[in-house]
Amino acid sequence: MEVTTELIVQALWDTLYMVSISLLFGSIIGIILGMLLVVTRKGHILENKLIFSIVNPIVNTFRSIPFIILLVAIIPFTRLIVGTSIGTTAAIVPLVLHIGPYMSRLVENSLLEVDDGIIEAAKAMGATPLQIIYRFLLPEAFPSLILSITTATIGLIGATAMAGAVGGGGLGDVAITYGYQRFSTITIFVTVIILVIIVQGVQSLGNILERKIRRV
Amino acid sequence: MIEFKNVSKVFDSNDKKIHALNDINVVVEKGDVFGVIGFSGAGKSTLIRTVNLLEYPTSGEVIIEGKSLAMLSEKELREEKKNIGMIFQHFNLLNSKTVFDNVAMPLILSKKKKKEIEERVYEILRFVGLEDKAKNYPNQLSGGQKQRVGIARALATNPSILLCDEATSALDPQTTKSILNLLKKINEEYKITILIITHEMEVIKEVCNRVAVMEEGRVIESGSVFDIFARPTTETTRNFVRSVVRDDVPESVYKMLKEDEYTSRIFKIDFLGASSGQPLISRTAKKYQVDINVLFGNITELQGMPIGNLIVELIGNDVELERALQFIRNQDVEVKEVSENGSHYGTHRTSAVGYAIHG
Repeated sequence: MEVTTELIVQALWDTLYMVSISLLFGSIIGIILGMLLVVTRKGHILENKLIFSIVNPIVNTFRSIPFIILLVAIIPFTRLIVGTSIGTTAAIVPLVLHIGPYMSRLVENSLLEVDDGIIEAAKAMGATPLQIIYRFLLPEAFPSLILSITTATIGLIGATAMAGAVGGGGLGDVAITYGYQRFSTITIFVTVIILVIIVQGVQSLGNILERKIRRV
Repeated sequence: MIEFKNVSKVFDSNDKKIHALNDINVVVEKGDVFGVIGFSGAGKSTLIRTVNLLEYPTSGEVIIEGKSLAMLSEKELREEKKNIGMIFQHFNLLNSKTVFDNVAMPLILSKKKKKEIEERVYEILRFVGLEDKAKNYPNQLSGGQKQRVGIARALATNPSILLCDEATSALDPQTTKSILNLLKKINEEYKITILIITHEMEVIKEVCNRVAVMEEGRVIESGSVFDIFARPTTETTRNFVRSVVRDDVPESVYKMLKEDEYTSRIFKIDFLGASSGQPLISRTAKKYQVDINVLFGNITELQGMPIGNLIVELIGNDVELERALQFIRNQDVEVKEVSENGSHYGTHRTSAVGYAIHG
């Protein structure tokens, strides 16, 4: 089997597909968990020891499992969710479970950067906890959240390289199966170049967006 | 009106109990500009936070316009908070929102109509003099302008009380003056009761009519600003007063004393309101056979009344001098002789404080 342009294009498409879908779901999970980690901590607007002491170790557990292990360990769960355990779509489930908790830590950090004074001002105005979250915390953390999502996206692109283990395809898979296992240096070279360009692009986009929102 | 009734606050930190507030009893009358002064750690920040329950008192109660807010439900409390505006040392504005949106925030939270919000925001921005900055972002403004936005935001819901938490501490003296003038204007035009906490006596002097001095979680002295300035009873208060009205005798005066001890006597005259300096000095000089030489003076105006001191040298024969002195003493002033061995009186308890206050 030769490496064709078609194959590369298909791999590129698979990578983008996996990254975008798992980013979407991962962000939702990440923002919700990250928000919970912040607002339920001691002294915060919705202090709740129970929720915090459940969410915190769960996030830690998922973050400590190497992605390649997670990928195969949750195969039954993957089958339950998407009906199959191999292929590009099947790779999305572990990707989401991998990036969600990772992103929750990034989101947590972004939200913690918001000055306590802002929350104090919100409380003094008589804002409800929900109003504090969506009128104060989220808008103030938004530029930083953009950077967090950028970092997570790049982490996700790296993780998709392992998706080949469950037949997920993608650029990383092509690099390993064609480039590494069949000694095709040019394939490794081409796929890596494409990945570099994507990562550069994502980072630049993230930076531009952040700067635009922060208005500096 | 704000009444603090036996308010205490204890913080638990690592098995250690910290008494931030100790049995505070203070009444802030309607229309007052009430200042609370103290060094850092005196408890004044905690005190102001018990008013809108950013901190709940451990015991005692704070009564706002006849209501104890701690008794209310969460929902009722949020409503009541709209009657209490608050401004902060570091402004606490949303950097992601325009000036307009920042000021509109309390109204948005109250779910007011768009049109109503727009009218109110422009009205209040005009009042604080920032109408042309409505579309700007906070990081495009100076410190003074940011505090004006903070004030506008605090006034948006038409509160009857304004809390100022070290509102001028991050500003330069010039800007501080202009913000204090704005607070004065708010108090006069909107009849809003203002509670200010500060570590700067200058702030108390400029705007407050009443003041409480705090130390180690207690109110150690309180009363009208004039009385506190005129007759501070505690050392802490005296130190604060000195940061605005210096009452120490300068070194040069002592030097003079040493040089011609026998030909003249030096007195320090404290003016506490009623009489002002000039007529008293010239009248004494006209009436008696004494020459009066003003060596040093420090008189400032407080709520329209002069307060401060003059250090004068009286030259003349003993009899005339005594009579002149008697005359001066009969006016509404306090007279102390500055003597060489009394020199300790003036110097030993002065300097360090000034640094602590501004530092």
